Amino acid sequence: MAREATARSSSGDGVETLAHASAFGGGPPPPSQAEPVISNARLGLMMFIGAEVMFFAGLIGAFLVLRLSSEVWPPPAQPRLPVWITGFNTVVLLCSGLAMHRASLAARLRDRLRLSGWLLATAVLGALFLCIQGYEWVRLIGFGLTMRSGLYGSTFYALIGLHGLHVLGALVWVGVVWFLARQGSYASDQAAGVELCAMYWMFVVALWPVLYGLVYLY
Amino acid sequence: MSEAAASAHADHGHHEPAGFWSHYVFSTDHKMIGRQFLFLGLFMLIIGGTLAMLIRWQLAWPETEVPGMGWVPEPTMYEGIIPPNTYNMLFTMHATIMIFFVVMPVMVGGFGNFLIPIMIGAKDMAFPLLNMLSFWVGAVAGVIMVASFFVVGGAAAGGWTSYTPLTGDAVFTGVNWGINLWVLSLFVLAFSSLMGSINYITTVINMRAPGMTYFRMPLSIWSLFITAILLLLALPVLTAALGMLFFDRVFATNFFLPAGGMPLLWQHLFWFFGHPEVYILVLPAMGVTSDILSVFSRKPIFGYRAMAYSMIAIAFLSWIVWGHHMFLSGMNPLLGTAFMLTTMVIAVPSAIKTFNWLGTLWGGSIRFTVPLLFAIGFVSNFVIGGLSGIFMASTPVDIFIHDTYFIVAHFHYVVAGIIFAMFAAIYFWFPKMFGRMMNSTWGIVHFIGTYIFFNLTFFPMHFLGVGGHMRRIYNPMQYEYLEQFGDMNVFITISAFLLAISQIPFIVNFVWSLFAGEKASENPWEANTLEWSAPSPPPHGNFATTPQVYRGPYEYSVPGVEEDWLPQDRPLGAAAATGH
Ligand code: HEM
Ligand SMILES: [Cu+2]
Repeated sequence: MAREATARSSSGDGVETLAHASAFGGGPPPPSQAEPVISNARLGLMMFIGAEVMFFAGLIGAFLVLRLSSEVWPPPAQPRLPVWITGFNTVVLLCSGLAMHRASLAARLRDRLRLSGWLLATAVLGALFLCIQGYEWVRLIGFGLTMRSGLYGSTFYALIGLHGLHVLGALVWVGVVWFLARQGSYASDQAAGVELCAMYWMFVVALWPVLYGLVYLY
Repeated sequence: MSEAAASAHADHGHHEPAGFWSHYVFSTDHKMIGRQFLFLGLFMLIIGGTLAMLIRWQLAWPETEVPGMGWVPEPTMYEGIIPPNTYNMLFTMHATIMIFFVVMPVMVGGFGNFLIPIMIGAKDMAFPLLNMLSFWVGAVAGVIMVASFFVVGGAAAGGWTSYTPLTGDAVFTGVNWGINLWVLSLFVLAFSSLMGSINYITTVINMRAPGMTYFRMPLSIWSLFITAILLLLALPVLTAALGMLFFDRVFATNFFLPAGGMPLLWQHLFWFFGHPEVYILVLPAMGVTSDILSVFSRKPIFGYRAMAYSMIAIAFLSWIVWGHHMFLSGMNPLLGTAFMLTTMVIAVPSAIKTFNWLGTLWGGSIRFTVPLLFAIGFVSNFVIGGLSGIFMASTPVDIFIHDTYFIVAHFHYVVAGIIFAMFAAIYFWFPKMFGRMMNSTWGIVHFIGTYIFFNLTFFPMHFLGVGGHMRRIYNPMQYEYLEQFGDMNVFITISAFLLAISQIPFIVNFVWSLFAGEKASENPWEANTLEWSAPSPPPHGNFATTPQVYRGPYEYSVPGVEEDWLPQDRPLGAAAATGH
């Protein structure tokens, strides 16, 4: 069984020197190892966002099934969700997305001052979004809407809360990138650190209007 | 060796970690992580197998004392007698462990890690650190799952499918923390799989050696690549459902409870994940089987592209068939018919694969090695399991056989049949993984015992099922119409015990070969793929120089070539001639 690979070992030395030679007669010349179109880190983050999309798709699917099979929605004798304030909050979050866009432009132009400025703006707007949402939650709980007040409460807190957690996580990331940007980490050669963070921030921003539309308006 | 190669060697040599901890425990080397996953899975296989034996004892000799189990404290067992709650726990944990902690760690974690970089000619994964984390997070999930046996009330007892409302509230099963920990463990495992799948996909897309185009990748890599995509997209849906289940159990919400919520929703979410999951389990097995069949038939795989495309087709179709698990859930019959049709369609690519395996063997100069025997064993089990799947897919038949032992027979032929591919892969890559050969005589003994007793165990279950023997039933002898099956149950149980005993040669062979097996050469099987041009076992960084790939992986018995194999990285023609 352990038959020696004789031919292989006899040509073993030759193979190494030939590693860079082109293949005559071995079909078309093999493509050389080019730089990947999308860098590892970016590709990895795209996968991660893909998984996140499926996670929220699961939750949203569950929400829709539960909501469509309920006779009245929102149930009577339950507080209404604050449509207008949250609408304002949606604008806040969208603005933070815009700020992040400007930040990544600044990163590409190696404009250190603008970069940290726009990152700070992103973070402040994101934090404002969370604060307004927290304030609304406190009020809703005061009115008696909790996780246990039927499907209305549980789906609301699950969907909005999990999105909030993602915003919080992304906010920490923005904070770190802002800190590094102030120290000049992205000045010289790579804007990639900023761009990855921007990509993830855009994801949590883009997810929000969907949730707002489904949970608050629909 | 040329100077460039020598310096490259010295260069990666100094990255190699020297300490015990960084080499064996917190290693970032894909090969070590692959071995760690393999050992984790084999260890859990022993636990899962023991649970199966206990289940079988109860079915053959209900409510009698299990020999050697007298020490288990009450209320888990009463002087060795299994009570109903414990029986529920046994089959739940058996299945959970087998699926999530045996097949997934070994096939996806173990062979995925070991094979992906080296078969595409890369030095390591795209994210080695993430890879290490993936293993350790997975190990923590395993510890949580095993720990759940020891909490008050015992481990989860709601079936591996954990249907609500049964599992939605502790009062229904009497298991509180057991199921909470079950949920938690799978939740943690999801992070492990997430990290793993991101790594696999990125590595396959970005790290292939020069010349390694997608359609020169071995089918093992194709299968693991597609598996990783399914894992990436399917597992988060389970995670979302587990989150809601956890809320129901711990914070008294009502997502899946009849009081306001919707129990059936769990089934939809679970099986939306669950059907892609069964392909996550089986695709890597199909991939390694394809490679092994081709190597030992000394023939190119029959229909390479068709194999790759049918896996892609399976990956797409697996998202729209989940309802075939729910024909009897009170679903709209029209919807049921739709699911029946999609399920029938997914049988087509599966059949294509089977015929291509047979086509590969056909007319080959077959070398009957142990890996080949197990690979053929996998194919033959897959044929039986695939055919019984067609019965179940047609709704009128399924009404009759749903939740009977027919189902148990079916999924063991496919899911437990994966164990054959697992053994094939272990025997095949053991020389590369550990640098030594496994003993082939004992391997053949292992194969014969496993193959015979596997079939004697699971084939009669079809008859039980058609005879109306329910699945997940504590004591079939309570039913007069099942009394006639008493003898058959005893027969099955004895076969199952013999199946377990047949694994002893494997364990001995494995451990013995690890330390004392015959030293393996670089390419003991005379195979083409890149891992066989690296030393056995490959050093840190795998290759002295990045290999250059000239052709596909299945060039066996090429006319005009002296030997009957032609490695992917060997230049041919004028270049080779001047090289000699
Ligand atoms: C060692 C050989 C094995 C034996 C003798 C065995 C036996 C059994 C038995 C008796 C049941 C209970 C059926 C019932 O009453 O519902 C069962 C359930 C199950 N087994 Fe196995 N099994 C084996 C290996 C495996 C493997 C390797 C896997 C998967 C990789 C597996 C997956 C399952 C699943 C998914 C269930 C369903 C559990 C449930 O109903 O929730 N089994 N097995
Ligand atoms: Cu299915």
